[in-house]
Amino acid sequence: MVSRRKFLAIIAAVAGFASFKRKVAAQEPVEGYDWNKHKYAFVVDTTRCIGCGRCVRACKIENEVPMKPFYFRTWVERWVWLKDEEGPKVDSPNGGFDGFPPTYDERMISKSYYVPKLCNHCDRPPCVQVCPVGATYKTKDGVVLVDEKYCIGCRYCIQACPYGARYLYPADGPRETRRNTADKCTWCYHRITRGYKPACVEVCPVGARKFGDLMDPEDEVRKIIEERRVQVLKPDMGTLPQVYYIELDSEVR
Amino acid sequence: MSEILWQVLQHVQGYIYPNEVEVNWSVLIALYPYITGLVAGAFIVASLERIFKVEAVKPTYRLALLTALAFLLCAPLPLVAHLGHPERALEIMMTPHLSSAMAGFGFVYAWYLMAVLLIELYFDYRKDIVMWSQEVGGIKGFIYKILTLGDYNISDEAVKADNKIVNIVTVIGLPSAAFLHGYVGFIFGSVKANHWWSSPLMPIIFLFSAMVSGIALVLLIYIVSSYIRGVELDRACTDTLANYLLYSYLLDLSLEFMELAHLFYTQEEGIDAIRVLITDKLFWTFIVIQVFLGTLVPIFLLIIARTGIFKFNVRKWIYIFVTTLTLIGVFAMRWNVVIGGQLISKTYLGYTTYIMPLFGPESLSLALAIWILPFIILAVLIKLLPPWEHPHEWEKTEAE
Ligand code: SF4
Ligand code: SF4
Repeated sequence: MVSRRKFLAIIAAVAGFASFKRKVAAQEPVEGYDWNKHKYAFVVDTTRCIGCGRCVRACKIENEVPMKPFYFRTWVERWVWLKDEEGPKVDSPNGGFDGFPPTYDERMISKSYYVPKLCNHCDRPPCVQVCPVGATYKTKDGVVLVDEKYCIGCRYCIQACPYGARYLYPADGPRETRRNTADKCTWCYHRITRGYKPACVEVCPVGARKFGDLMDPEDEVRKIIEERRVQVLKPDMGTLPQVYYIELDSEVR
Repeated sequence: MSEILWQVLQHVQGYIYPNEVEVNWSVLIALYPYITGLVAGAFIVASLERIFKVEAVKPTYRLALLTALAFLLCAPLPLVAHLGHPERALEIMMTPHLSSAMAGFGFVYAWYLMAVLLIELYFDYRKDIVMWSQEVGGIKGFIYKILTLGDYNISDEAVKADNKIVNIVTVIGLPSAAFLHGYVGFIFGSVKANHWWSSPLMPIIFLFSAMVSGIALVLLIYIVSSYIRGVELDRACTDTLANYLLYSYLLDLSLEFMELAHLFYTQEEGIDAIRVLITDKLFWTFIVIQVFLGTLVPIFLLIIARTGIFKFNVRKWIYIFVTTLTLIGVFAMRWNVVIGGQLISKTYLGYTTYIMPLFGPESLSLALAIWILPFIILAVLIKLLPPWEHPHEWEKTEAE
């Protein structure tokens, strides 16, 4: 990053720009916040999620995500295994926004569970790697953010994310500055830097979503990751996701 | 855009991530590797004459260079038109994030345009330009005067020196052209999240299909422009180009076959989804257009033409037919890579659909407009820098 900044400075000097604006974090943290003192992680307990969709609704409202069924910072999937059938049945009507209709005959189900999904804030994020202008970046506290003032809307990051976590904020979306730029879950960066939990964690009635700080020895999330068997999505991608799932079925991707 | 997404949503099959309804890289992004491929291919045709001394294709040497330039000038258009924020497009060169494959585009492009193509054209045409600037008056003459860049020395030594420079630039240019397009293939091949793209063979496959399309384009333009000018086709040139088309086709075919064989033999995760993608979602564009009409039929016809059982007059029509099929087939290849790769969900459990709008941003009409533009530019370039009327020494002696 340093060499890049130097490069920018040289370009700026050559081009004769008096002042050269470099990016301001899209979700500016509160003053006095020190991102060297935190390292966040997220835990999803698939044994608890009931598919009520409150998290999806809270996220859309909190983060001005368009209400249409093509844009999600977080969503919930239903995985159902039917007796005598190979492979799972998966659905996520409107991302689970309105909950899940009882589609299947109870007697035919051998197992079923809900899987909340969100950006994994990968430690080795392919989205950051591919962004040609550095608009997608990883902060020191482990959060992957998009600078909406800088993103050129090329959508390379959307292609590179193995988890479908990103979408292009539509031209008619409510938040004007974000239009036609890449958008995705920020773990509610504006909240967590002020000491609050992400909106989805806050509203989950059963505690299926947990958010914490790995630098805090007393933190619940840190203890879960240390003590319990947890799994990440698509580990073979080598992205080192920071959303950990409790009791994840290996089929889930 | 949203209205179309509602329609698309009706056609989604199986389970896809909710954000995957929208096909983010549209027809314009399919057009982008197509155009850069034509540039690389046309340049390689030109290099055949220069580096490999394939005398027979000399009549198309300059035509190929101009074609490369005309298409290169339009290569960034689909990219910029596709950006969510085109006004920030230059950031990619001002503040490149160097770990990104895409960040290099501006530099690769600029290098190829400025350091290779323009220099080669300038030194190749310099003598003619100086002569034209003295013969022609008016606006055209004025343009020639500018194009001389103030150097009016056309002594034998100077022209010899020009020639040397052109030779050197061509030697640099050939790997540059290969890099320009191989690099475009890398942009796709390096996306590990997408099984249909993620392949180290991608840059090479892109390169060979580029050669195929470039040779076909130059050949077709040569035949058509000769017809328009009312001059006889140079038989040796036409047949030689057709032969090169056949060779590159064979290489291209074997590479693509290896790629598919690898996919199906290794049977990695997602192979079932890819099978459905090929046999169902891309049946028409892949099996019918790309493989059958765009590859097998042209190869078959080229082999027949090569046997010499047809007279040149018939062969000419075969070539017209083959090159047209080739251009369609290679576009289908770009389409199948770019659009096809996005139809298949990263869940491997479902598919979305691509509905191309007729008008507006990222629409069929815009893609067509961008596709036609290089031909218009080429026509202007040919008017300004006729690739044939002031032949080089060698052409004169050959004509005599
Ligand atoms: S989950 Fe996707 S968007 Fe999130 S950090 Fe990883 S690659 Fe980037
Ligand atoms: S869409 Fe924006 S954030 Fe994503 S890669 Fe392009 S410039 Fe970067």
